[in-house]
Amino acid sequence: MSEGTILEREEEIVEEFSMFDEWLDKYEHIIGLGKSLEPIDPEYRADPWKVKGCQSQVWLQPAIADGKVVFKADSDAAITKGLVALMVRVLSGQPPRAVAEAPLAFLERIGLREHLSPTRSNGLVSMVKQMKLYAAAYAAKEESHG
Amino acid sequence: MSVFERTEVEAIRARFPIFSRKVNGKPLAFLDSAASSQVPESVIEAMANFERTTRANVHRGVHRLSQEATEVHEGLRDRMAAFLKASRREEIVFARGTTEAINLVAWSFLRPRLVPGDVVLVSELEHHANLVPWQIVAAERGAVVEKIPALDDGTLDFAAYIEALETRPVRMVAVQHVSNALGTVHPVGRFCAEARSRGIPVLVDGAQSVPHMDVDVSALGCDFLAFSAHKMHGPTGLGVLYGRYDRLDSMPPWQGGGDMIDKVSFSGTTFHEPPWRFEAGTPHYVAAAGMHAALDFRAEVGVERIAAREHELLESARRELSSIEGVRVLGSAPEVAGVVSFVLEGIHHYDIGLYLDQLGIAVRTGHHCAQPAMERYGVTGTVRASFAVYSTEEEVERLVAGVRRAKEVLG
Repeated sequence: MSEGTILEREEEIVEEFSMFDEWLDKYEHIIGLGKSLEPIDPEYRADPWKVKGCQSQVWLQPAIADGKVVFKADSDAAITKGLVALMVRVLSGQPPRAVAEAPLAFLERIGLREHLSPTRSNGLVSMVKQMKLYAAAYAAKEESHG
Repeated sequence: MSVFERTEVEAIRARFPIFSRKVNGKPLAFLDSAASSQVPESVIEAMANFERTTRANVHRGVHRLSQEATEVHEGLRDRMAAFLKASRREEIVFARGTTEAINLVAWSFLRPRLVPGDVVLVSELEHHANLVPWQIVAAERGAVVEKIPALDDGTLDFAAYIEALETRPVRMVAVQHVSNALGTVHPVGRFCAEARSRGIPVLVDGAQSVPHMDVDVSALGCDFLAFSAHKMHGPTGLGVLYGRYDRLDSMPPWQGGGDMIDKVSFSGTTFHEPPWRFEAGTPHYVAAAGMHAALDFRAEVGVERIAAREHELLESARRELSSIEGVRVLGSAPEVAGVVSFVLEGIHHYDIGLYLDQLGIAVRTGHHCAQPAMERYGVTGTVRASFAVYSTEEEVERLVAGVRRAKEVLG
Protein backbone atom coordinates (compact mmCIF):
# COMPACT_ATOMS: atom_id res chain seq x y z
CA MET A 1 0.00 0.00 0.00
CA SER A 2 1.32 3.40 -0.92
CA GLU A 3 2.07 6.10 1.57
CA GLY A 4 0.71 9.61 1.81
CA THR A 5 -2.56 11.41 2.16
CA ILE A 6 -5.37 11.16 -0.35
CA LEU A 7 -4.23 14.34 -2.07
CA GLU A 8 -0.61 13.19 -2.19
CA ARG A 9 -1.62 9.89 -3.72
CA GLU A 10 -3.80 11.67 -6.27
CA GLU A 11 -0.86 13.91 -7.13
CA GLU A 12 1.33 10.87 -7.64
CA ILE A 13 -1.22 9.34 -10.03
CA VAL A 14 -1.56 12.57 -11.99
CA GLU A 15 2.21 12.67 -12.41
CA GLU A 16 2.30 9.02 -13.42
CA PHE A 17 -0.34 9.59 -16.10
CA SER A 18 1.31 12.74 -17.40
CA MET A 19 3.75 10.63 -19.38
CA PHE A 20 1.04 9.23 -21.66
CA ASP A 21 0.18 11.22 -24.76
CA GLU A 22 -1.74 8.44 -26.42
CA TRP A 23 -5.07 7.18 -25.11
CA LEU A 24 -4.02 3.65 -25.95
CA ASP A 25 -0.99 3.84 -23.66
CA LYS A 26 -3.19 5.25 -20.94
CA TYR A 27 -5.69 2.41 -21.33
CA GLU A 28 -2.93 -0.16 -21.34
CA HIS A 29 -1.55 1.31 -18.13
CA ILE A 30 -5.00 1.26 -16.52
CA ILE A 31 -5.51 -2.36 -17.55
CA GLY A 32 -2.09 -3.18 -16.08
CA LEU A 33 -3.04 -1.56 -12.79
CA GLY A 34 -6.15 -3.70 -12.72
CA LYS A 35 -4.14 -6.84 -13.32
CA SER A 36 -1.85 -6.11 -10.38
CA LEU A 37 -4.71 -5.20 -8.05
CA GLU A 38 -4.63 -7.17 -4.82
CA PRO A 39 -7.43 -9.76 -5.16
CA ILE A 40 -10.45 -9.67 -2.90
CA ASP A 41 -11.15 -12.63 -0.66
CA PRO A 42 -13.18 -15.14 -2.69
CA GLU A 43 -16.23 -14.97 -0.40
CA TYR A 44 -16.57 -11.29 -1.24
CA ARG A 45 -17.01 -11.95 -4.94
CA ALA A 46 -20.69 -12.53 -4.27
CA ASP A 47 -23.97 -10.70 -4.55
CA PRO A 48 -24.06 -9.00 -1.13
CA TRP A 49 -20.79 -7.27 -1.97
CA LYS A 50 -21.65 -6.47 -5.55
CA VAL A 51 -21.96 -2.82 -6.43
CA LYS A 52 -24.70 -2.28 -8.95
CA GLY A 53 -23.54 -1.52 -12.45
CA CYS A 54 -25.48 -2.18 -15.60
CA GLN A 55 -22.65 -3.42 -17.81
CA SER A 56 -19.60 -4.21 -15.76
CA GLN A 57 -19.78 -5.48 -12.21
CA VAL A 58 -17.76 -4.32 -9.24
CA TRP A 59 -17.29 -6.07 -5.90
CA LEU A 60 -16.14 -4.15 -2.85
CA GLN A 61 -14.62 -5.57 0.32
CA PRO A 62 -14.44 -2.92 3.04
CA ALA A 63 -12.72 -3.30 6.40
CA ILE A 64 -11.33 -1.28 9.27
CA ALA A 65 -7.76 -1.70 10.52
CA ASP A 66 -6.08 0.53 13.08
CA GLY A 67 -8.77 3.17 12.68
CA LYS A 68 -8.25 3.36 8.90
CA VAL A 69 -10.61 2.15 6.19
CA VAL A 70 -9.17 -0.57 4.05
CA PHE A 71 -10.63 -1.53 0.70
CA LYS A 72 -10.16 -4.42 -1.64
CA ALA A 73 -12.16 -4.52 -4.85
CA ASP A 74 -12.61 -6.35 -8.13
CA SER A 75 -14.37 -6.04 -11.46
CA ASP A 76 -15.23 -8.37 -14.33
CA ALA A 77 -14.17 -5.81 -16.94
CA ALA A 78 -10.49 -4.97 -17.42
CA ILE A 79 -10.75 -1.20 -17.81
CA THR A 80 -13.21 -0.88 -14.96
CA LYS A 81 -10.90 -3.00 -12.82
CA GLY A 82 -8.03 -0.63 -13.54
CA LEU A 83 -10.13 2.34 -12.48
CA VAL A 84 -11.17 0.43 -9.38
CA ALA A 85 -7.47 -0.12 -8.66
CA LEU A 86 -6.86 3.63 -8.83
CA MET A 87 -9.66 4.28 -6.36
CA VAL A 88 -8.39 1.64 -3.98
CA ARG A 89 -4.89 3.08 -4.24
CA VAL A 90 -6.14 6.55 -3.33
CA LEU A 91 -8.65 5.68 -0.63
CA SER A 92 -7.51 2.50 1.06
CA GLY A 93 -5.65 2.93 4.35
CA GLN A 94 -6.91 6.47 4.88
CA PRO A 95 -8.76 7.99 7.86
CA PRO A 96 -12.53 7.49 7.48
CA ARG A 97 -13.40 11.19 7.59
CA ALA A 98 -10.87 11.96 4.84
CA VAL A 99 -12.34 9.22 2.62
CA ALA A 100 -15.89 10.41 3.19
CA GLU A 101 -14.98 13.95 2.20
CA ALA A 102 -12.47 13.30 -0.60
CA PRO A 103 -13.29 15.39 -3.68
CA LEU A 104 -11.39 12.94 -5.95
CA ALA A 105 -10.52 15.43 -8.64
CA PHE A 106 -7.71 13.32 -10.07
CA LEU A 107 -9.83 11.40 -12.56
CA GLU A 108 -10.65 14.66 -14.27
CA ARG A 109 -7.00 15.70 -14.23
CA ILE A 110 -5.90 12.48 -15.95
CA GLY A 111 -8.64 12.82 -18.56
CA LEU A 112 -10.87 10.04 -17.26
CA ARG A 113 -13.65 12.12 -15.80
CA GLU A 114 -16.26 10.58 -18.11
CA HIS A 115 -15.75 7.23 -16.39
CA LEU A 116 -17.13 8.69 -13.19
CA SER A 117 -20.14 10.26 -14.84
CA PRO A 118 -23.52 8.90 -13.81
CA THR A 119 -24.28 8.11 -17.45
CA ARG A 120 -21.59 5.44 -17.38
CA SER A 121 -22.98 2.14 -16.36
CA ASN A 122 -19.70 0.66 -15.15
CA GLY A 123 -20.40 0.45 -11.42
CA LEU A 124 -17.56 2.82 -10.59
CA VAL A 125 -19.79 5.70 -9.48
CA SER A 126 -21.71 3.39 -7.19
CA MET A 127 -18.48 1.93 -5.86
CA VAL A 128 -17.10 5.34 -4.87
CA LYS A 129 -20.44 6.15 -3.26
CA GLN A 130 -20.27 2.88 -1.31
CA MET A 131 -16.71 3.56 -0.20
CA LYS A 132 -17.66 7.00 1.07
CA LEU A 133 -20.81 5.77 2.79
CA TYR A 134 -18.85 3.08 4.56
CA ALA A 135 -16.19 5.57 5.63
CA ALA A 136 -18.79 8.15 6.72
CA ALA A 137 -20.67 5.58 8.79
CA TYR A 138 -17.47 4.48 10.49
CA ALA A 139 -16.36 8.06 11.09
CA ALA A 140 -19.70 8.93 12.66
CA LYS A 141 -19.50 5.91 14.91
CA GLU A 142 -15.95 6.77 15.99
CA GLU A 143 -16.81 10.38 16.66
CA SER A 144 -19.89 9.58 18.73
CA HIS A 145 -17.79 7.28 20.88
CA GLY A 146 -14.91 9.47 20.95
CA MET B 1 -20.94 -6.25 -56.88
CA SER B 2 -22.49 -3.98 -54.35
CA VAL B 3 -26.15 -2.99 -54.23
CA PHE B 4 -25.15 0.69 -54.28
CA GLU B 5 -22.55 2.36 -56.45
CA ARG B 6 -19.86 4.19 -54.53
CA THR B 7 -21.31 7.53 -55.62
CA GLU B 8 -24.73 6.59 -54.31
CA VAL B 9 -23.32 5.63 -50.91
CA GLU B 10 -21.59 9.00 -50.77
CA ALA B 11 -24.74 10.82 -51.85
CA ILE B 12 -26.78 9.08 -49.16
CA ARG B 13 -24.22 9.79 -46.44
CA ALA B 14 -24.05 13.41 -47.50
CA ARG B 15 -27.72 13.72 -46.56
CA PHE B 16 -26.96 12.86 -42.93
CA PRO B 17 -25.26 15.80 -41.24
CA ILE B 18 -24.03 13.72 -38.28
CA PHE B 19 -21.35 12.17 -40.47
CA SER B 20 -19.50 15.46 -40.72
CA ARG B 21 -18.45 15.22 -37.09
CA LYS B 22 -15.52 13.38 -35.60
CA VAL B 23 -15.42 11.27 -32.48
CA ASN B 24 -12.19 11.07 -30.52
CA GLY B 25 -10.46 12.59 -33.51
CA LYS B 26 -11.69 9.89 -35.90
CA PRO B 27 -14.49 9.92 -38.45
CA LEU B 28 -17.65 8.59 -36.83
CA ALA B 29 -18.46 4.95 -37.62
CA PHE B 30 -22.01 4.77 -36.32
CA LEU B 31 -22.91 1.12 -35.84
CA ASP B 32 -25.72 1.62 -33.35
CA SER B 33 -28.65 2.33 -35.63
CA ALA B 34 -30.76 -0.41 -34.04
CA ALA B 35 -30.90 1.74 -30.91
CA SER B 36 -31.57 5.01 -32.73
CA SER B 37 -30.88 5.58 -36.38
CA GLN B 38 -29.58 8.89 -37.67
CA VAL B 39 -31.81 11.41 -39.41
CA PRO B 40 -31.33 12.97 -42.82
CA GLU B 41 -31.21 16.74 -43.16
CA SER B 42 -34.67 16.64 -44.77
CA VAL B 43 -36.18 15.33 -41.51
CA ILE B 44 -34.42 17.96 -39.41
CA GLU B 45 -35.44 20.65 -41.86
CA ALA B 46 -39.06 19.48 -42.01
CA MET B 47 -39.36 19.77 -38.24
CA ALA B 48 -37.53 23.08 -38.07
CA ASN B 49 -39.61 24.47 -40.91
CA PHE B 50 -42.80 23.31 -39.27
CA GLU B 51 -41.76 25.08 -36.07
CA ARG B 52 -41.01 28.23 -38.00
CA THR B 53 -44.12 28.35 -40.15
CA THR B 54 -46.89 26.10 -38.88
CA ARG B 55 -46.56 25.48 -35.14
CA ALA B 56 -50.02 25.39 -33.56
CA ASN B 57 -51.91 22.83 -31.53
CA VAL B 58 -53.82 20.27 -33.55
CA HIS B 59 -57.49 19.25 -33.73
CA ARG B 60 -59.21 22.02 -31.81
CA GLY B 61 -58.23 25.25 -33.48
CA VAL B 62 -60.44 26.83 -36.10
CA HIS B 63 -57.62 29.07 -37.20
CA ARG B 64 -55.45 28.54 -40.21
CA LEU B 65 -52.27 27.36 -38.50
CA SER B 66 -54.09 24.80 -36.39
CA GLN B 67 -55.77 23.44 -39.48
CA GLU B 68 -52.47 23.14 -41.29
CA ALA B 69 -50.85 21.44 -38.32
CA THR B 70 -53.79 19.04 -38.09
CA GLU B 71 -53.42 18.23 -41.77
CA VAL B 72 -49.77 17.33 -41.21
CA HIS B 73 -50.53 15.25 -38.13
CA GLU B 74 -53.63 13.46 -39.41
CA GLY B 75 -52.01 13.20 -42.83
CA LEU B 76 -49.36 11.03 -41.22
CA ARG B 77 -52.11 8.75 -39.95
CA ASP B 78 -53.32 8.30 -43.53
CA ARG B 79 -49.81 7.59 -44.70
CA MET B 80 -49.16 5.13 -41.90
CA ALA B 81 -52.40 3.29 -42.66
CA ALA B 82 -51.34 2.94 -46.29
CA PHE B 83 -47.75 2.10 -45.29
CA LEU B 84 -48.91 -0.83 -43.14
CA LYS B 85 -51.83 -1.75 -45.40
CA ALA B 86 -54.25 -1.25 -42.54
CA SER B 87 -57.89 -1.46 -43.55
CA ARG B 88 -58.72 2.01 -42.21
CA ARG B 89 -56.94 5.07 -40.91
CA GLU B 90 -58.57 4.73 -37.49
CA GLU B 91 -56.44 1.65 -36.90
CA ILE B 92 -53.36 3.86 -36.43
CA VAL B 93 -52.75 5.12 -32.87
CA PHE B 94 -49.88 7.51 -32.20
CA ALA B 95 -47.82 6.92 -29.07
CA ARG B 96 -44.48 8.10 -27.72
CA GLY B 97 -42.76 4.97 -28.95
CA THR B 98 -42.95 1.20 -29.12
CA THR B 99 -42.80 0.90 -25.34
CA GLU B 100 -45.78 3.14 -24.74
CA ALA B 101 -47.71 1.43 -27.53
CA ILE B 102 -47.19 -1.99 -25.93
CA ASN B 103 -48.10 -0.65 -22.50
CA LEU B 104 -51.33 0.71 -23.94
CA VAL B 105 -52.28 -2.74 -25.20
CA ALA B 106 -51.25 -4.39 -21.92
CA TRP B 107 -53.28 -2.00 -19.79
CA SER B 108 -56.26 -1.26 -21.96
CA PHE B 109 -56.72 -4.42 -24.01
CA LEU B 110 -55.32 -7.28 -21.97
CA ARG B 111 -55.83 -6.24 -18.35
CA PRO B 112 -59.65 -6.23 -18.37
CA ARG B 113 -59.67 -9.62 -20.11
CA LEU B 114 -57.21 -11.41 -17.85
CA VAL B 115 -58.49 -13.84 -15.24
CA PRO B 116 -56.40 -15.67 -12.62
CA GLY B 117 -54.50 -18.57 -14.14
CA ASP B 118 -54.39 -17.07 -17.63
CA VAL B 119 -51.17 -17.28 -19.60
CA VAL B 120 -49.53 -14.56 -21.65
CA LEU B 121 -47.09 -16.16 -24.09
CA VAL B 122 -43.99 -14.12 -24.80
CA SER B 123 -40.82 -15.23 -26.55
CA GLU B 124 -37.60 -15.77 -24.65
CA LEU B 125 -35.87 -13.23 -26.87
CA GLU B 126 -38.14 -10.26 -26.22
CA HIS B 127 -36.89 -6.79 -25.48
CA HIS B 128 -37.93 -5.87 -21.94
CA ALA B 129 -40.48 -3.48 -23.46
CA ASN B 130 -42.39 -6.50 -24.76
CA LEU B 131 -42.03 -8.48 -21.56
CA VAL B 132 -42.24 -6.26 -18.49
CA PRO B 133 -45.60 -4.59 -19.30
CA TRP B 134 -47.18 -8.06 -19.57
CA GLN B 135 -45.54 -9.15 -16.32
CA ILE B 136 -46.90 -6.13 -14.46
CA VAL B 137 -50.44 -6.62 -15.71
CA ALA B 138 -50.32 -10.40 -15.24
CA ALA B 139 -49.06 -10.13 -11.67
CA GLU B 140 -51.90 -7.81 -10.83
CA ARG B 141 -54.51 -10.21 -12.21
CA GLY B 142 -53.06 -13.47 -10.95
CA ALA B 143 -52.04 -14.49 -14.46
CA VAL B 144 -48.62 -15.70 -15.58
CA VAL B 145 -46.19 -14.84 -18.36
CA GLU B 146 -44.67 -17.91 -19.97
CA LYS B 147 -41.99 -18.12 -22.59
CA ILE B 148 -41.85 -19.41 -26.11
CA PRO B 149 -38.37 -20.93 -25.87
CA ALA B 150 -35.55 -19.90 -28.18
CA LEU B 151 -33.37 -22.47 -29.91
CA ASP B 152 -29.57 -22.48 -30.13
CA ASP B 153 -29.57 -20.88 -33.58
CA GLY B 154 -31.56 -17.86 -32.39
CA THR B 155 -34.92 -18.93 -33.82
CA LEU B 156 -37.99 -19.69 -31.74
CA ASP B 157 -39.22 -23.17 -30.92
CA PHE B 158 -42.34 -23.31 -33.08
CA ALA B 159 -43.33 -26.79 -31.89
CA ALA B 160 -43.17 -25.66 -28.26
CA TYR B 161 -45.30 -22.66 -29.21
CA ILE B 162 -48.00 -24.85 -30.74
CA GLU B 163 -47.91 -27.09 -27.71
CA ALA B 164 -48.36 -24.13 -25.38
CA LEU B 165 -51.28 -22.87 -27.46
CA GLU B 166 -52.91 -26.28 -27.23
CA THR B 167 -52.27 -27.10 -23.62
CA ARG B 168 -52.14 -23.80 -21.75
CA PRO B 169 -54.91 -21.24 -21.12
CA VAL B 170 -53.27 -18.64 -23.38
CA ARG B 171 -55.03 -15.27 -23.36
CA MET B 172 -52.55 -13.34 -25.49
CA VAL B 173 -49.35 -13.78 -27.50
CA ALA B 174 -46.66 -11.09 -27.73
CA VAL B 175 -43.77 -11.74 -30.06
CA GLN B 176 -41.03 -9.78 -31.75
CA HIS B 177 -40.71 -9.69 -35.52
CA VAL B 178 -36.94 -9.21 -35.45
CA SER B 179 -34.69 -9.77 -32.42
CA ASN B 180 -32.87 -6.63 -31.30
CA ALA B 181 -30.28 -8.79 -29.54
CA LEU B 182 -29.53 -11.34 -32.29
CA GLY B 183 -31.07 -10.04 -35.50
CA THR B 184 -33.20 -13.15 -36.12
CA VAL B 185 -36.18 -12.53 -38.40
CA HIS B 186 -38.98 -14.67 -37.00
CA PRO B 187 -41.74 -16.10 -39.21
CA VAL B 188 -44.33 -14.10 -37.27
CA GLY B 189 -47.01 -14.68 -39.88
CA ARG B 190 -47.03 -18.35 -38.91
CA PHE B 191 -47.16 -17.45 -35.22
CA CYS B 192 -50.11 -15.15 -35.87
CA ALA B 193 -51.98 -17.72 -37.99
CA GLU B 194 -51.73 -20.37 -35.27
CA ALA B 195 -52.98 -18.01 -32.57
CA ARG B 196 -55.68 -16.59 -34.76
CA SER B 197 -57.11 -19.99 -35.61
CA ARG B 198 -57.59 -20.45 -31.86
CA GLY B 199 -59.05 -16.99 -31.34
CA ILE B 200 -56.00 -15.73 -29.43
CA PRO B 201 -54.91 -12.14 -30.08
CA VAL B 202 -51.29 -11.39 -31.03
CA LEU B 203 -49.16 -8.30 -30.63
CA VAL B 204 -46.09 -8.08 -32.84
CA ASP B 205 -43.17 -5.90 -31.73
CA GLY B 206 -42.05 -4.38 -35.02
CA ALA B 207 -39.45 -2.01 -33.59
CA GLN B 208 -36.60 -3.87 -35.33
CA SER B 209 -38.46 -5.03 -38.44
CA VAL B 210 -40.31 -2.00 -39.78
CA PRO B 211 -37.03 -0.07 -40.29
CA HIS B 212 -35.75 -2.83 -42.57
CA MET B 213 -38.75 -4.16 -44.47
CA ASP B 214 -42.28 -3.30 -45.48
CA VAL B 215 -44.68 -4.85 -43.01
CA ASP B 216 -48.19 -5.61 -44.20
CA VAL B 217 -50.44 -6.08 -41.19
CA SER B 218 -53.19 -7.82 -43.10
CA ALA B 219 -50.77 -10.33 -44.61
CA LEU B 220 -49.17 -10.81 -41.19
CA GLY B 221 -52.54 -11.35 -39.55
CA CYS B 222 -51.62 -9.67 -36.28
CA ASP B 223 -54.04 -7.87 -33.98
CA PHE B 224 -51.49 -5.26 -32.93
CA LEU B 225 -48.15 -4.03 -34.27
CA ALA B 226 -45.94 -1.49 -32.52
CA PHE B 227 -42.87 0.39 -33.73
CA SER B 228 -40.90 3.62 -33.26
CA ALA B 229 -40.08 6.45 -35.66
CA HIS B 230 -36.58 7.06 -34.29
CA LYS B 231 -35.33 3.69 -35.47
CA MET B 232 -36.34 4.45 -39.07
CA HIS B 233 -34.58 7.79 -39.61
CA GLY B 234 -37.46 9.68 -38.04
CA PRO B 235 -37.81 11.79 -34.90
CA THR B 236 -37.73 10.60 -31.30
CA GLY B 237 -40.90 10.65 -29.22
CA LEU B 238 -43.17 9.20 -31.88
CA GLY B 239 -44.36 5.64 -32.07
CA VAL B 240 -47.12 3.88 -33.91
CA LEU B 241 -49.57 1.28 -32.70
CA TYR B 242 -51.55 -0.50 -35.36
CA GLY B 243 -54.60 -2.14 -33.83
CA ARG B 244 -57.33 -4.03 -35.66
CA TYR B 245 -60.35 -1.75 -35.44
CA ASP B 246 -62.67 -4.12 -33.60
CA ARG B 247 -59.91 -4.67 -31.04
CA LEU B 248 -59.36 -0.96 -30.54
CA ASP B 249 -63.07 -0.32 -30.38
CA SER B 250 -63.41 -2.81 -27.53
CA MET B 251 -60.75 -1.10 -25.42
CA PRO B 252 -61.40 1.45 -22.67
CA PRO B 253 -59.22 4.56 -22.48
CA TRP B 254 -55.88 4.19 -20.71
CA GLN B 255 -54.87 7.77 -20.04
CA GLY B 256 -57.41 10.54 -19.59
CA GLY B 257 -57.14 14.13 -20.70
CA GLY B 258 -57.83 16.45 -23.56
CA ASP B 259 -58.49 15.19 -27.09
CA MET B 260 -59.64 11.72 -26.03
CA ILE B 261 -63.09 12.73 -24.79
CA ASP B 262 -66.51 13.01 -26.38
CA LYS B 263 -68.38 14.92 -23.68
CA VAL B 264 -67.19 15.81 -20.18
CA SER B 265 -69.28 16.67 -17.17
CA PHE B 266 -69.19 16.00 -13.46
CA SER B 267 -72.09 13.60 -13.89
CA GLY B 268 -70.07 11.49 -16.31
CA THR B 269 -67.73 11.62 -19.26
CA THR B 270 -67.95 9.82 -22.57
CA PHE B 271 -65.00 9.03 -24.74
CA HIS B 272 -63.97 9.63 -28.30
CA GLU B 273 -63.79 6.89 -30.93
CA PRO B 274 -60.48 5.09 -31.60
CA PRO B 275 -57.80 6.07 -32.27
CA TRP B 276 -58.28 9.44 -30.54
CA ARG B 277 -59.63 7.71 -27.43
CA PHE B 278 -56.03 6.59 -26.83
CA GLU B 279 -54.33 9.87 -27.59
CA ALA B 280 -54.83 11.97 -24.48
CA GLY B 281 -53.13 15.33 -24.44
CA THR B 282 -51.22 17.22 -27.09
CA PRO B 283 -49.56 14.79 -29.47
CA HIS B 284 -46.01 15.20 -30.79
CA TYR B 285 -47.22 16.86 -33.96
CA VAL B 286 -43.81 18.35 -34.75
CA ALA B 287 -42.50 14.80 -34.99
CA ALA B 288 -45.27 14.03 -37.45
CA ALA B 289 -43.81 16.67 -39.77
CA GLY B 290 -40.41 14.97 -39.48
CA MET B 291 -41.85 11.52 -40.01
CA HIS B 292 -43.37 12.55 -43.33
CA ALA B 293 -39.86 13.43 -44.49
CA ALA B 294 -38.48 10.14 -43.13
CA LEU B 295 -41.07 8.21 -45.13
CA ASP B 296 -40.21 10.29 -48.20
CA PHE B 297 -36.54 9.40 -47.75
CA ARG B 298 -37.37 5.71 -47.47
CA ALA B 299 -39.53 5.85 -50.58
CA GLU B 300 -36.85 7.70 -52.56
CA VAL B 301 -34.16 5.12 -51.86
CA GLY B 302 -36.59 2.19 -51.94
CA VAL B 303 -36.99 -0.23 -49.06
CA GLU B 304 -35.96 -3.29 -51.09
CA ARG B 305 -32.67 -1.66 -51.97
CA ILE B 306 -32.19 -0.46 -48.39
CA ALA B 307 -32.76 -3.99 -47.14
CA ALA B 308 -30.44 -5.53 -49.74
CA ARG B 309 -27.72 -3.04 -48.90
CA GLU B 310 -28.01 -3.56 -45.14
CA HIS B 311 -28.02 -7.29 -45.65
CA GLU B 312 -24.85 -7.20 -47.71
CA LEU B 313 -23.03 -5.29 -44.96
CA LEU B 314 -24.49 -7.45 -42.22
CA GLU B 315 -23.41 -10.66 -43.94
CA SER B 316 -19.93 -9.32 -44.47
CA ALA B 317 -19.65 -8.25 -40.81
CA ARG B 318 -20.91 -11.62 -39.58
CA ARG B 319 -18.47 -13.47 -41.79
CA GLU B 320 -15.45 -11.32 -40.94
CA LEU B 321 -16.13 -11.24 -37.22
CA SER B 322 -16.64 -15.01 -37.12
CA SER B 323 -13.24 -15.47 -38.69
CA ILE B 324 -11.53 -13.88 -35.67
CA GLU B 325 -10.36 -16.55 -33.28
CA GLY B 326 -12.23 -16.34 -29.97
CA VAL B 327 -15.20 -14.49 -31.44
CA ARG B 328 -18.58 -16.14 -31.08
CA VAL B 329 -21.40 -14.60 -33.13
CA LEU B 330 -24.69 -15.27 -31.35
CA GLY B 331 -27.34 -16.92 -33.47
CA SER B 332 -27.11 -18.55 -36.86
CA ALA B 333 -30.70 -18.16 -38.01
CA PRO B 334 -31.32 -18.47 -41.74
CA GLU B 335 -32.80 -14.99 -41.90
CA VAL B 336 -31.34 -12.01 -40.06
CA ALA B 337 -31.75 -8.25 -40.24
CA GLY B 338 -30.04 -5.20 -38.88
CA VAL B 339 -27.73 -6.45 -36.17
CA VAL B 340 -24.83 -8.78 -35.40
CA SER B 341 -24.21 -9.65 -31.77
CA PHE B 342 -20.98 -11.24 -30.59
CA VAL B 343 -18.76 -12.00 -27.66
CA LEU B 344 -14.98 -12.25 -27.56
CA GLU B 345 -13.70 -15.02 -25.33
CA GLY B 346 -12.08 -13.79 -22.15
CA ILE B 347 -12.75 -10.12 -22.85
CA HIS B 348 -15.59 -8.13 -21.33
CA HIS B 349 -18.00 -6.50 -23.77
CA TYR B 350 -17.73 -3.25 -21.83
CA ASP B 351 -13.98 -3.09 -22.42
CA ILE B 352 -14.48 -3.72 -26.14
CA GLY B 353 -17.10 -0.97 -26.30
CA LEU B 354 -14.80 1.53 -24.58
CA TYR B 355 -11.93 0.54 -26.83
CA LEU B 356 -13.94 0.84 -30.04
CA ASP B 357 -15.28 4.21 -28.88
CA GLN B 358 -11.72 5.49 -28.75
CA LEU B 359 -11.43 4.48 -32.42
CA GLY B 360 -14.55 6.48 -33.27
CA ILE B 361 -16.66 3.33 -33.62
CA ALA B 362 -20.07 3.43 -31.92
CA VAL B 363 -21.43 0.01 -30.99
CA ARG B 364 -23.85 -1.14 -28.33
CA THR B 365 -22.65 -3.27 -25.45
CA GLY B 366 -24.50 -4.95 -22.62
CA HIS B 367 -27.68 -6.97 -22.41
CA HIS B 368 -29.62 -4.91 -24.98
CA CYS B 369 -32.66 -4.81 -22.68
CA ALA B 370 -33.09 -8.53 -23.31
CA GLN B 371 -31.69 -10.17 -20.20
CA PRO B 372 -33.60 -13.46 -20.62
CA ALA B 373 -32.09 -13.75 -24.11
CA MET B 374 -28.59 -13.19 -22.70
CA GLU B 375 -29.22 -15.84 -20.07
CA ARG B 376 -30.46 -18.23 -22.75
CA TYR B 377 -27.13 -18.00 -24.58
CA GLY B 378 -25.05 -18.06 -21.42
CA VAL B 379 -23.63 -14.54 -21.62
CA THR B 380 -24.00 -11.44 -19.45
CA GLY B 381 -23.92 -9.20 -22.49
CA THR B 382 -22.62 -8.87 -26.01
CA VAL B 383 -21.17 -6.35 -28.39
CA ARG B 384 -23.76 -5.44 -30.98
CA ALA B 385 -23.10 -3.73 -34.29
CA SER B 386 -26.09 -2.62 -36.29
CA PHE B 387 -26.42 -1.31 -39.80
CA ALA B 388 -28.52 1.14 -41.74
CA VAL B 389 -28.69 2.46 -45.27
CA TYR B 390 -25.77 4.86 -44.69
CA SER B 391 -23.41 2.19 -43.35
CA THR B 392 -20.32 1.38 -45.42
CA GLU B 393 -17.86 -1.41 -46.15
CA GLU B 394 -15.15 0.77 -44.62
CA GLU B 395 -17.07 0.88 -41.35
CA VAL B 396 -17.35 -2.90 -41.35
CA GLU B 397 -13.60 -3.10 -41.96
CA ARG B 398 -12.88 -0.63 -39.15
CA LEU B 399 -15.08 -2.64 -36.81
CA VAL B 400 -13.35 -5.90 -37.65
CA ALA B 401 -9.88 -4.35 -37.38
CA GLY B 402 -10.91 -2.68 -34.10
CA VAL B 403 -12.06 -5.97 -32.61
CA ARG B 404 -8.79 -7.62 -33.68
CA ARG B 405 -6.80 -4.86 -31.99
CA ALA B 406 -9.03 -4.95 -28.91
CA LYS B 407 -8.29 -8.63 -28.63
CA GLU B 408 -4.54 -7.97 -28.62
CA VAL B 409 -4.67 -5.05 -26.21
CA LEU B 410 -7.29 -6.33 -23.80
CA GLY B 411 -6.58 -10.05 -23.99
